[in-house]
Amino acid sequence: MTGNGHDDHWLVRPGSIRVLRIVFIGVLAATVAPDFIIDQHEDFGIEGSFGFYAWYGFLTCVGMIVVSKVLSVFLKRRDTYFDG
Amino acid sequence: MTASFPPGLILVAGGLLIPFVRGRVKEALVLGLPLLTLWAVWLVPDGPAVTLSFLDYQLTPVHGSPVGRLFGTVFCIMAFAGGLFAIRQARTLELAAAFAYAGSAIAITSAGDLITVFVFWELMAVGSTLVVWASDQPKAFEAGMRYLLVHLLGGVILMIGIVSHIADTGSVAFEAMQPDSFGRVLILIGFLINAGAPPLSAWISDAYPEASPSGMVFLSAFTTKTAVFALWVAFPGTWILIPVGLYMVFYGIIYALLENDMRRILAYSIVNQVGFMVIGIGIGTEMALNGAASHAFAHIIYKALLLMSAGSVMYQTGRRKCTDLGGLFRTMPLTTLCGGIGALAISAFPFTSGFVSKSMIAQGAVDQHLAVVWFLLTAASAGVFLHAGIKFPWFVFFQKDSGLRPPDPPMNMRVPMLFFAFLCVGLGVYPKPLYDILPYAVEFVPYTISHVVAQSQLLLFAGLAFFVLLPQMQRTLTISLDFDWFYRRFGTALGRELAVRTTRMRARVLGATVARARTFTDELFRHHGPHGVLAQTWPTGSMVLWVAILLGAYLVFYF
Repeated sequence: MTGNGHDDHWLVRPGSIRVLRIVFIGVLAATVAPDFIIDQHEDFGIEGSFGFYAWYGFLTCVGMIVVSKVLSVFLKRRDTYFDG
Repeated sequence: MTASFPPGLILVAGGLLIPFVRGRVKEALVLGLPLLTLWAVWLVPDGPAVTLSFLDYQLTPVHGSPVGRLFGTVFCIMAFAGGLFAIRQARTLELAAAFAYAGSAIAITSAGDLITVFVFWELMAVGSTLVVWASDQPKAFEAGMRYLLVHLLGGVILMIGIVSHIADTGSVAFEAMQPDSFGRVLILIGFLINAGAPPLSAWISDAYPEASPSGMVFLSAFTTKTAVFALWVAFPGTWILIPVGLYMVFYGIIYALLENDMRRILAYSIVNQVGFMVIGIGIGTEMALNGAASHAFAHIIYKALLLMSAGSVMYQTGRRKCTDLGGLFRTMPLTTLCGGIGALAISAFPFTSGFVSKSMIAQGAVDQHLAVVWFLLTAASAGVFLHAGIKFPWFVFFQKDSGLRPPDPPMNMRVPMLFFAFLCVGLGVYPKPLYDILPYAVEFVPYTISHVVAQSQLLLFAGLAFFVLLPQMQRTLTISLDFDWFYRRFGTALGRELAVRTTRMRARVLGATVARARTFTDELFRHHGPHGVLAQTWPTGSMVLWVAILLGAYLVFYF
């Protein structure tokens, strides 16, 4: 703590966040890169294709978030709902 | 020496002793009894070890099996670390109840007959309810009561099933069976209720988060995993478990994504993880069953670790909601690290325990050419990272600065976290000790380059989805309706409506009856009352007149 507010930890400085973002993108690229040289097992016809796990993981997660958002329209209540 | 009683009884008896001792003796009991029980678990030989006559039946209260030993072992490790985590902070009632509860779970892992299973099943329900009730949370009593009712219902269903099964077959053996009769279907349902299967899954996220910081650590381990053990023994290869498990997996993810309370997020994620195990049992091959058993082992440890880190946050800040938390990594570095390791392990990152166990379930699906199951399992694995792997640590330890600056928890809470974090990584890097005690010989190699690359891609791109959609993930002060709405709102509303209507009907019936009675008495009063025609005294004159008339008439007739 240096006294200039709360958010002075090195991890939350804008510069560090930019670095973290670049590192993360680099790591993402690094996990897909081996698909150029290694052969994934192919049991069901599609999962051996290039970057399958990357796009499948990304798209299914987006799908799950969308489904949860749609369901929340019907299911969400204030967290005091059962208190009354 | 071989065991002449269920090893779990050591913990049950020890739990009952805990309230009467203090200081060093209590510490020795809490730390020593789980280790003693672990030793006893490993003394039980394969096959029936103790038989007992009860009514007309031959019971086998002690029956050794590799899978029972596996579950018994992890239950003992859990009781040890949980006991250490709770020893200074938890109420004595909680510790005592948790030990009796853990002991009952261990007793089920060495049970050879359904009656023994049932007795300890009910004892677990009582013990776990007391753990919930020992909490300092304001809503713990009501939540514990709902929890108890669900489990008593499950217990009754299980009992009817067992009785019917014994009447059908005459056998009390706790062994593989098919859900092909009324009784055996009920046994399956009874087991599934404790596993958190639909439609009653809500009991987990309703009751567990109301327990104390250490209480939920105990609760997360035993009830659902004992149910997994029971399903493993009794219903391996039962296909219906595959869709049930898939439902649980996605139910856990969707609800956890919407949840704001960090411990409810982790509660939903229990359902999610047990779903993976239930699918493995449903697939039923040696590979998948090994996967389910080892995943249960790994899960108990990393889930307890996650709940210890959440419990530490709750103990230090008194808060549970993501909207109230954030930025705690500054002053709780050890809790953040341990929670992070638990989060990586639950997500099955390479070099963590989840990776070496969950992969076997997916491999089981591949071996059986269950394409749909495999694709859904893979999507769900990404979803685990989304809802538990990133969401929990992100909202609790990072995201915004909540301004809270709590220190790491006391030593006795830090040590078990470090111990379990060590196990999560240790079993991930060196899975041989775990593979060696699995029920079937392991011919599975988790660490191939393609598998590590595939899993890293899957999880890291799931992480990308999280951060890309972060604005959508911001927490709100909300809960999501679940099946418990039916007994918390619909049921009470129905009861209230019934009360209103019956009161109204009673009033109407009563009003009508009173009115009729009053008419009757009024009539009576009119005719027989003081002024009633029939009650008046008649004047003598009219009497004489009537006599004269009668006499006159008499004369006329006779003349």
